[in-house]
Amino acid sequence: MTRPGVKWTTFALWVLFSLLTLLPIWWMFLVSVKSRTDLFGRPSFLLDISRITWDNYATVIANPAFQRYMLNSLIVSTANAALVCALGLLAAYAMSRYRMRGKDNIFFWVLTNRMAPPAAFLLPLYLLYTGVFQVGDWSLFDTRIGLILLYCVLNLPFAFWLLQGIIDGIPAELDEAAYVDGASTWQVLRTIIVPLAGPGIAVTGILTWVFAWNEYLFASTLTSVNARTITTGLAEFVTVTGTNWGQMAAVAMLTLLPAALVLAVVQKHIVAGLTFGAVKG
Amino acid sequence: MMRSPTTGWLLLAPTIAVLVLTGVLPFLYVLVISFFDWNLFALNPEPRWTAANNFRRLVHDAEFLKSIWLTLLFTFWVVLSQIVLGFALARLMMRDFPFKKLFRAVHTLPLMIAPIAVGATWRLMTVPGLGPIPYYLKDWFGLDYRLSMFPDQAFASVVLMDIWHWTPFVTLTMLAGLSNLPQEPVEQARIDGAQEWQIFRDIILPFMKPVLLTTIFIRIMDALRVVDEVWMLTQGGPGAETRFIGLHIWKIVFPKTDYGYGSAMSLLTLYMTIVICWLLYAAMTARRGNAS
Repeated sequence: MTRPGVKWTTFALWVLFSLLTLLPIWWMFLVSVKSRTDLFGRPSFLLDISRITWDNYATVIANPAFQRYMLNSLIVSTANAALVCALGLLAAYAMSRYRMRGKDNIFFWVLTNRMAPPAAFLLPLYLLYTGVFQVGDWSLFDTRIGLILLYCVLNLPFAFWLLQGIIDGIPAELDEAAYVDGASTWQVLRTIIVPLAGPGIAVTGILTWVFAWNEYLFASTLTSVNARTITTGLAEFVTVTGTNWGQMAAVAMLTLLPAALVLAVVQKHIVAGLTFGAVKG
Repeated sequence: MMRSPTTGWLLLAPTIAVLVLTGVLPFLYVLVISFFDWNLFALNPEPRWTAANNFRRLVHDAEFLKSIWLTLLFTFWVVLSQIVLGFALARLMMRDFPFKKLFRAVHTLPLMIAPIAVGATWRLMTVPGLGPIPYYLKDWFGLDYRLSMFPDQAFASVVLMDIWHWTPFVTLTMLAGLSNLPQEPVEQARIDGAQEWQIFRDIILPFMKPVLLTTIFIRIMDALRVVDEVWMLTQGGPGAETRFIGLHIWKIVFPKTDYGYGSAMSLLTLYMTIVICWLLYAAMTARRGNAS
């Protein structure tokens, strides 16, 4: 049993570490609710409630460019999460239940897609998107479809791996029985696998959604105006001269908010999610 | 069996198709282009075959070599600090104390935040005239802190930011490993009069080796491709002092539209990553092989 002294020392240490973790985020929040004139001077980590202003958020949210970024991010992340879950589920089911030659190689190959450094793929993807994947005047460059497809490289291996583990946990006898009763593969998937794997699919969806929402490098290179996402919008604040820190902080807060909100739901699965199950969480 | 492999392949087909389109094709494309001289701004903007010339140029590209060196240096420092710190924090998390779940959730928070927002956060902390870090360093220690002027400070700040961002990941994996640690050998060793550091060295460390190596492996792969948050914090500066390889390709090589050369560089980066990946993997499996 832990002695009380040790217990409270540990507690005190964790208070300290949590402060270190929260301080930069808290500071950003403070900057986002300050007016321009209050920004400079002696920095204080205390919140002066009487001087709070939501102007930064109001300005940002009223900005049509920002609205478009936000909408794009929502559409791209949601569509990508849905697509990845659907494709991942089919593939994971095949991997889990069918006997196929060379499927271990396929499994390994799918996973390696996640390992590649994104910067090495920027140039070929840019060239493919602007010059090769095109029909007439329409190309994948600067389209949401382009980003939705691209994020599959990041998310599909992950969903594939996570869902396979989940489907492996569903007894194969259940689908055997349904097949005997004359159900089709589609019916088995819809009536047995999807309901039983529901929570797992939800976790997969949430994590892939966050990964897609957070992505920046590809979004900044493969879009120009129409399909820009919120992360690229945030980065634009750095390059524009005379940075408006308050608004930048407001955008950053809005960018990190969804991730912070889902944290409670997926916390248990983050370790497995980030290590591909190499380490059990 | 009612399930023919054909149905299985049909179910797999969409996944394979998407990954071929967005993963394999770009790779093949970059492979081909890297053997061509293709620059949109050159006198002759059409691709011309140059065999291995692009790769020959790389070896003498001081900027490229410097960015590789900086990336390796960065990777070394962040991974080393995170492993030590994360391990210590995981041991601390194993103890019994109030509000454990809450502290754990707070500690996990940075992992979920977009890297670009992490960069923004730290930029707000370090901007001269606004951020608390330069202000209090000046106020308390008389230290002049300017990321845009001092390379060492910029490098150290980027490393610290990465430690803030990714140490929780190490903590969580170590925690997962530690919670599987069998208690009997530890108790037994304690009864036999072993010192705490002996228990750590002879029981805990060998047991944690697989988790430790996997974590190091994943962290190195991630550190090698860092871009977003560094771009937000320092833009690779001052000069090129924090311009890591990803930033170099993205911000320096890419806008020059020297596509053949850029492809060769991308390919070499990819190759380097694979080699490091493979070496680590070999080291990991070799250790396991010896143990069995």
